[in-house]
Amino acid sequence: MPEQLLYAMEVTLNGLMAGVMYSLVALGFVLIFKASGVFNYAQGVLALFAALTLVGLQNGQVPFAHVINAIFDTNLHTFGWKLPALLAILLAAAVMVLLAIIIERLVLKHLVSQAPIILFMATIGLAYFLEGLGDVMWGADIKKLDVGLPQGISDTIESLTDRWFGYGFFIDNLDIVATLVAVVLVASLTLFSQYSKQGRALRAVADDHQAALSVGISLRFIWVLVWSIAGFVALVAGIMWGTKSGVQFSLSLIALKALPVLMLGGFTSIPGAIVGGLIIGVGEKLFEFSIGPMVGGATENWFAYVLALLFLVFRPQGLFGEKIIERV
Amino acid sequence: MLYREAGDFKTTYSEDSQTFPIFFDRMGYYVTLLLAFGLVPLFINDYWANAVFVPFLIYAIAAIGLNILVGFAGQVSLGTGGFMAVGAYSVYKLMTSFPDVPVLIHVLIAGAITAFVGVLFGLPSLRIKGFYLAVATLAAQFFLVWLFNKVPWFYNYSASGQITVPQSKMLGFYVTGAQTSASAKYLFCLVVLVFVAVVARNLTRGTMGRKWMAIRDMDIAAEIIGVNPLNAKLTAFAVSSFFIGIAGALFFAVYLGAAEVTEAFSIQKSFLILFMVIIGGLGSIFGSFAGAAFLVLLPVFLKNVLVGQLGWPTDLAAHLELMIVGALIVGFLIAEPHGMAQLWRLAKEKLRLWPFPH
Repeated sequence: MPEQLLYAMEVTLNGLMAGVMYSLVALGFVLIFKASGVFNYAQGVLALFAALTLVGLQNGQVPFAHVINAIFDTNLHTFGWKLPALLAILLAAAVMVLLAIIIERLVLKHLVSQAPIILFMATIGLAYFLEGLGDVMWGADIKKLDVGLPQGISDTIESLTDRWFGYGFFIDNLDIVATLVAVVLVASLTLFSQYSKQGRALRAVADDHQAALSVGISLRFIWVLVWSIAGFVALVAGIMWGTKSGVQFSLSLIALKALPVLMLGGFTSIPGAIVGGLIIGVGEKLFEFSIGPMVGGATENWFAYVLALLFLVFRPQGLFGEKIIERV
Repeated sequence: MLYREAGDFKTTYSEDSQTFPIFFDRMGYYVTLLLAFGLVPLFINDYWANAVFVPFLIYAIAAIGLNILVGFAGQVSLGTGGFMAVGAYSVYKLMTSFPDVPVLIHVLIAGAITAFVGVLFGLPSLRIKGFYLAVATLAAQFFLVWLFNKVPWFYNYSASGQITVPQSKMLGFYVTGAQTSASAKYLFCLVVLVFVAVVARNLTRGTMGRKWMAIRDMDIAAEIIGVNPLNAKLTAFAVSSFFIGIAGALFFAVYLGAAEVTEAFSIQKSFLILFMVIIGGLGSIFGSFAGAAFLVLLPVFLKNVLVGQLGWPTDLAAHLELMIVGALIVGFLIAEPHGMAQLWRLAKEKLRLWPFPH
């Protein structure tokens, strides 16, 4: 096979892997949008907050150390212990559930039946707040996240492909793990929403709030539930992205990357989030590879949005979204 | 007692349809103008101009522009930063190419160029609605910023990739460049803002504004009663982008002086201006002013209190500021989803009855 084609294949594979990472964030969006009609801009910041909390717990940092030091002139930094990764992940998940309860209590409860744009704005406000809170609690420096996931180039794949094609593919171990995790996550979410009582209630709420209320489903419980699940998905995304590129502010920007994924897949479809992520991932990598050098590179910044925009002109509800029916 | 319509008889049609039909409102408007043009320029210094007044005036222009699109025509846009960048780079190219033309004309032409770009990115709004459109406008934001960053022609092949404003004079005073006095900056922006506000106010209460509002309230119904959606949506995009382009041009030429597109016109700017519109009040010109004032003053206030008074480190203050701004936004949306303009409306209702509420 010609070198160029093999290289393009490698780029495609890497694009698929990157797409999985986008899908992880997009999943959280879809879950919340389906269940409550809230377009949750804060999903990316949730991932950042989850990752910060995880690192902080793992390293035994004192929360709010910076504030305490500023007020009382103390010099606190760490408790001086290190938690095992698994325990820290469980604790971080607990923090995310707590956060979901607080968000429902303080924000969502008061905004029932407001216009979607108001709810959207509220989640942007929430995003600002959480971003500030994460920095104040755990400090704003770039942190290394290590929960024992394999990293670096996968040797097995390189040697295998080298034997088959005479050309070794470079694929990150972490991306392979992320793909496996995403598959497990989607499968368990699907099982949960299809076969458990809470899952059925969740789908009922997504279908029709009023009808769900009238058969005795607690809307508030469902909201807490769905925000907890979204928080957990954010934690998973935060672990993956944090391991890949360090826990820092730019982590919250992946939320913006997840938006075109959502548009492409449709706001209400879990498979859509995955397929959309793969299309965007492959599309932007291939575009950067083929056209990028001609126009100065860094096309990844905007390609996803323009692709989604053009796509929507032909199919306004995305690939798998519910058909938009408008009546007067 | 003073604030009522009763006894204020209109004898001509033009009196009847004036912008401020209540005498007290009208006087308030004139007094504000008088103070803004007569008193403030006498006392303004560099700190007040750069920290408060000039950003307030420029953000107010941008907020009015965005309010026309989001508040009146109901098309949510997250591309404001990108459109401001179009205004800034247009005015830069115009000023460096035609240095003899007065800068005010350049600013208006920059607005017109932005209006054209806005219409281009507004075209998909005919097919795409709601949040899908909001996300689609992100394409404008990221593509435009990338374009100005990557194509050297836009920044005249300068080595740093920055654009720096050349000096220029109007009526014998410097209005751009390092030698500009605080009052010249202030007055220049003020003149533009008054022009923008008057145009916006009159557009929104005329046929055009009613078409926009019909589209906002329900586009299919509006189409059935004879509003052309193509026409209404694209004019909304054009007018809104025109104002936002002017704001971007002033932001670069008068306020910043030198700008780097990824920093000055990032997505954060889009959100900031959207917040101004929402906190101020959707579909209200007064609200745009109130929102801009609130979000310009709040960081200045917080910084003075936290860093100046309490002596906390600046990075901590910046993070706390994020938290406070976020919490205030959420709090505001819960307490009054229609923004500060609604508070003002309620206050006026109370004032009409005062001091005899029964």
